Amino acid sequence: MDISEFYSSFFEEADELLTEMERSLLDLDPANPDSEQVNAIFRAAHSIKGGAGTFGFNLLQQTTHLLENLLDSARRHELVLTHEIIDTFLKTKDVLTEQVDAYRRSETPEHDDFEAICRLLKGVGSEDAPAVTAATPPPQEPAAAQAVEQLSTSENRLIVELMRVAEGEIDTLVDELRNLGEIIATHTDEQGHLVVDMATSVSPDDIEAVLCFVIDPDQLRIRALSAEPARDIPGLELFDASPSSAEGLPVGEETPSPAAAKKASVTAIKKAKKATETESTSIRVPVDKVDQIINLVGELIITQSMLNETANSLDRGVHGALHHGMNALQRNARDLQEAVMSIRMLPMDYVFSRFPRLVRDLAGKLDKEIELVTVGESTELDKGLTERIIDPLTHLVRNSLDHGIEKPDVRESLGKPRAGTLTLSARHQGGNILIEVSDDGGGLNRQKILAKAKANGLSVSEDISDEEAWQLIFAPGFSTAEAVSDLSGRGVGMDVVKRNIQSMGGHVEILSREGAGTTTRIVLPLTLAILDGMSVKVGGHVYILPVSSVIESLQIRQENLHTVSGGIPLLKVRGEYFPVVSIARVMGLAGGRDDIIGSIAVMVEGEGRRYVLLVDELVGQQQVVVKNLESNYRKIPGVSAATILGDGSVALILDLGEIYRLNLGERKPRLAKVNS
Amino acid sequence: MDKGIKFLVVDDFPTMRRIVRTLLKELGYANVDEAEDGADALAKLRGDAYEFVVSDWNMPNLDGLEMLKQIRADDALKHLPVLMVTAEAKKENIIAAAQAGANGYVVKPFTAATLEEKLAKIFEKLAK
Repeated sequence: MDISEFYSSFFEEADELLTEMERSLLDLDPANPDSEQVNAIFRAAHSIKGGAGTFGFNLLQQTTHLLENLLDSARRHELVLTHEIIDTFLKTKDVLTEQVDAYRRSETPEHDDFEAICRLLKGVGSEDAPAVTAATPPPQEPAAAQAVEQLSTSENRLIVELMRVAEGEIDTLVDELRNLGEIIATHTDEQGHLVVDMATSVSPDDIEAVLCFVIDPDQLRIRALSAEPARDIPGLELFDASPSSAEGLPVGEETPSPAAAKKASVTAIKKAKKATETESTSIRVPVDKVDQIINLVGELIITQSMLNETANSLDRGVHGALHHGMNALQRNARDLQEAVMSIRMLPMDYVFSRFPRLVRDLAGKLDKEIELVTVGESTELDKGLTERIIDPLTHLVRNSLDHGIEKPDVRESLGKPRAGTLTLSARHQGGNILIEVSDDGGGLNRQKILAKAKANGLSVSEDISDEEAWQLIFAPGFSTAEAVSDLSGRGVGMDVVKRNIQSMGGHVEILSREGAGTTTRIVLPLTLAILDGMSVKVGGHVYILPVSSVIESLQIRQENLHTVSGGIPLLKVRGEYFPVVSIARVMGLAGGRDDIIGSIAVMVEGEGRRYVLLVDELVGQQQVVVKNLESNYRKIPGVSAATILGDGSVALILDLGEIYRLNLGERKPRLAKVNS
Repeated sequence: MDKGIKFLVVDDFPTMRRIVRTLLKELGYANVDEAEDGADALAKLRGDAYEFVVSDWNMPNLDGLEMLKQIRADDALKHLPVLMVTAEAKKENIIAAAQAGANGYVVKPFTAATLEEKLAKIFEKLAK
């Protein structure tokens, strides 16, 4: 067996166990620890240790071993948990995560980190409760503790006589005995019996029970070395480890009567049922397999629309059955597509669940009291997006904690509760998901932002709207934090946040009221694989605009068209002026309409800016399957992706933010030409 | 030995279950079922006919030792051979397994050869 085949599933499971461990640690109340929770943490450490041992991940095994020891004492109430100890456990979890990651990359984990955490773990309990350290035993499997208690603690000298033992089993038996005590001497007597003289605290019955894994009771005789009468074992008062014997049942205090056992097992089974139900209803599938299905379904949809077009050209009266079938096919294909897309969806809990830890750590560092509230954890989002949303969201949460929420004393003097509230929420709205980070802190300071913007050389007027003022914090190098702290406020970040969100096809909005708090809202499409598209024709080519960015379409009247000094034509719509951008010009098309008046204007929003696009014709609205252009062809400026239309032709999906920037860039040289 | 005998591998850690299953397969035992803890295992054992149990020790709901005790206390199951998997060769564990009526134990991590040896020993003793 090639053990490395199992690496990846071990890493995934270890990740899950560590996440679970962190969650339990955060929930754990040191003053009144829930024993089931401590047990769960213990088992997670234990499982990882077992796996690490199997795969030879020594540092991981040693670290989990130390952690497991402490957890074992904790669950047996020998170690009293404190906040500090839980912090140490959380730190250990971090180190374990790094170790797992290192092994995943086929590297050896940092030895310094390993040693540091080991020192830390070995110190647990030793400073304030020396008695506990002494009592910290090596880890034991649960019920083993009971067994230990039954053993007499004093060491006895025993003579173990082994008869008619096969050659190959002698070593095994001696090994077993060595596990049970100290072997003082062995010799073979005149009858060929192997005689072992050993010092042990284990009772003869127990020794017999263990040796009976290998040999039969009648091959064994154990007697004490003392003057007491020899104890002849084969009589077997207590039990016989051979299960084929009817008396093979263990007899002792800890053995439940069959009836009691049955009862206990029934309740246990009930509990377990719940757990199994959740597990057996899910399977682990590599993402690329899912993506392949999504792709194939996309192709199917395209084939279906091509067939549909062909069928539509046929007479409905003559080919009624065909049309009927085509309708059913269309419906089924859409349902299939939706069902397949939902496979990639993950609940936002996947993202939100990492914040309790972050908030706890940051609140500690900043001396702030923070209550974290999460809303809409079950809201689903495409897996690709959930992974990419984590970093921007982390940044926003840090910002809120660092700059937003005030220190408890300040809050009290402002008449707010001492503890600030940070709310993470997610909800669906149309084809989008809205993710919000809200705090009830100080809010953004308009004056400070404007002053800073000016100091940074941005040209801003005093009378811009609040929304526009807030957007300024997304400018590169922008930070109004009074002191650059360890956590945030270095001025890098908000622009990165914005870029990340935009690269996911979304945008960021800020709502803030001074003194009352700030809400940052991230708006993302639910999935990147399908797009609600509006198809337009320009110069004989079909382009797709994301419907979510289209606001309205209008006809242009001469009296509403204005040209200002920059040369950019502006369209006046209900008292507001919007720049006019010609797709034909930006895309460098020949044959498109050049006259603004004859074109149709489509008002769109790209990267928070509204402007008017000129198109020749509106074709229709349809769902399109997004095909990456870069991986199939190359990056084209102004184009985010491509799709295949019902007739099999390729249409480009426009990147409305980039189109606007291209238009600005294009202006100047053209203008120069006009002037010359 | 009849390679068609039906095994139940009990471990809460799916990777370990798969490893044990693969090791068994390497030894020619392809008829292997899995349970994720003692309670799950007991339910399976009572619902279907198994001929051999390989069980981990530490598990949620019902640990391996408790499961073993319940197997031995159940008239329908008490003859079932059980091989316990332990994380360490500690005397407390081994004794507890023996007292509870295990047919053998194997210490993690183990190889196919070790497992084969342990199984052979158990089959040999059962055949007596």
